[in-house]
Amino acid sequence: MSTQDQATQNLTIVQSVRDALATEMTRDDDVLVMGEDVGKNGGVFRATEGLHDEFGEDRVIDTPLAESGIVGTAVGMAAMGLKPVPEIQFSGFAYPGFDQIVSHMARLRTRSRSRYTLPMVLRAPYGGGIRAPEHHSESKEAFYAHEAGLKVVMPSTPYDTKGLLISAIRDPDPVVFMEPKLIYRAFRGEVPEDDYEVPIGEATTRREGSDVSVFTYGAMTRPSLEAAEELADEGIDAEVVDLRTVSPMDREAIVESFEKTGRACVVHEAPKTGGLAGEITATLQEEALLYQEAPVRRVTGYDVPYPLYALEDYYMPNAARVADGIKEAVEF
Amino acid sequence: MVQVLDEEGGVVGDVPDLSEEEFVAMYRHMKLARHFDERAVSLQRQGRMGTYPPLSGQEGAQIGSALALSEDDWIVPSYREHGAAMVRGLPLKQTLLYWMGDERGSLVPEDANVFTPAVPIASQIPHATGMAWADKLRHGDETDRAFLCYFGDGATSEGDFHEGLNFAGVFDTPNVFFCNNNQWAISVPRERQTNSETLAQKAVAYGFEGVQVDGMDPLAVYAATTEALEKAKDPADGERRPTLIEAVQYRFGAHTTADDPSQYREDEEVQRWKARDPIPRLERFLRDQGLLDDDRVETIEASVREEVADAIDAAESTVRPEPSSMFEHVYAEQPPELRRQSEAFARVREEYGDEAFLEEQ
Repeated sequence: MSTQDQATQNLTIVQSVRDALATEMTRDDDVLVMGEDVGKNGGVFRATEGLHDEFGEDRVIDTPLAESGIVGTAVGMAAMGLKPVPEIQFSGFAYPGFDQIVSHMARLRTRSRSRYTLPMVLRAPYGGGIRAPEHHSESKEAFYAHEAGLKVVMPSTPYDTKGLLISAIRDPDPVVFMEPKLIYRAFRGEVPEDDYEVPIGEATTRREGSDVSVFTYGAMTRPSLEAAEELADEGIDAEVVDLRTVSPMDREAIVESFEKTGRACVVHEAPKTGGLAGEITATLQEEALLYQEAPVRRVTGYDVPYPLYALEDYYMPNAARVADGIKEAVEF
Repeated sequence: MVQVLDEEGGVVGDVPDLSEEEFVAMYRHMKLARHFDERAVSLQRQGRMGTYPPLSGQEGAQIGSALALSEDDWIVPSYREHGAAMVRGLPLKQTLLYWMGDERGSLVPEDANVFTPAVPIASQIPHATGMAWADKLRHGDETDRAFLCYFGDGATSEGDFHEGLNFAGVFDTPNVFFCNNNQWAISVPRERQTNSETLAQKAVAYGFEGVQVDGMDPLAVYAATTEALEKAKDPADGERRPTLIEAVQYRFGAHTTADDPSQYREDEEVQRWKARDPIPRLERFLRDQGLLDDDRVETIEASVREEVADAIDAAESTVRPEPSSMFEHVYAEQPPELRRQSEAFARVREEYGDEAFLEEQ
């Protein structure tokens, strides 16, 4: 297979995850994958499909069913120079490993004055909308964004997924990589066969517009774009900014868009209180108050435990709710 | 329970094969750890140091195990293993700085195979498993390094104890899990942690061997650790295996200087354990062997006092860390927002002066 031309493949997001893992494992012997059912089974979402056969059981490791053990041993491995990519099967099951994430993964560099650093990536599918059982649908990126020492990446396209995951694996610091499982297979996109990086910490504009800025990330990028297209028919020209990384957040891109539009609607499926929409709104207040034409609208999940799936369509922000939020910002 | 010395220092087991210098060095390390501990508690009482977790009574376990390690081996300590860390090359000054609230105390010298001490209970156990596992994955049987992890009796109740040991058992990692069972997890006695007859027997559940050793008998600890290291590194049957060691001992002092043990335990119990003090036990043995006499003990005590005094001087004469250093060592590269916060901090400090931030000293 040629590696010189710009050969691409048409991949889903979950296939891009697998492609990024295979790419980095081929390039760097220190990269390994570990977690529950990631080996022979190829992961419950097939994100590691075929890797066990390709790289063997020492690099695609089926672990005991223990999230703290997975994160904690990965911390030890990374401290010794390996580049583990542990998978938490669903982000809602990360909490037994939470102490390891916040007390050690996030702060070992600080605790050791950089003697020990953690080039590791904690992957976890997150988010709702897939008719899953209880505890399978949460979106708790704010927990991790709140923690100094971590980076938190949430891609929304196949291209970005591969490029960001490669960047995360090469990053000298620990990255929480939250994969939007709602859109794991929702669409395909052109993904280069070669390895490439999409930089962590840089937002991208998915749709240019002049009337209002929509700030979002991950699975909510799609309904945000849908809403923007619908409103275009009504004469509202919405810009959609996909943050891609929620920590460190690309505040410059947020402010730049807002200075152009003066109006904003922030969209995430995580609950409202303590969610990152608050952080984005505060950034606009701090950095761009004099450009502001209307209150910043937040379209988010509600401050309730994520409902069982009979009601999840009412909980999750969708194009209608995003459009409503945009209109409120525009018509103020 | 493995024992080499009885409470009076008489030989009741197989004395490990150590040179005369090594026996005396073991004694000196233990005296150093004890004196360091006494001075550290005193510094805290005088307001010269923050909260500190004392180790007195536990020197036999810490020094005996640390001395059994080879140069390439690693220790993964909790927050009380100042003695073991010292043996493995962490300067006393660093330990003092850490408990004086200076982050620079956490910097382990490059040539010391000591992992950064962990405060959250048992959380270091999976790290030790992962470190040993990484070594095995990377080097197979080309290396024979072992990774010894310290934790207390209370830690055996934590999930991370289970997960760390369980992973080790499944993946045959070259670990020694060294439980400093000092009978008390702050105020909760060993019997309240588990209904298991011993802590060592928990190893059965993970498919490897558990050993109970008299943790106040440094020679027994040395022997048990040596045996466990052999199993982790180069066993006779060729199959590297982890081991759980339960070193039965007692902390003579408080959990930390913020704790008052008279609230939960009787002095009679403390005195009973003090009769097993590891230092006089080893001293009696060494005197019986003709390796120590009053003069040598006095010389050792004087040199130990000097070494600790020098470490305290060095720590106390270290100027407060540069305030802006708190923004360093968070990421390899400072993100823009952190840089902004650092600059904002520098501005208010410049404007209001350090006196606006610091309490009266």
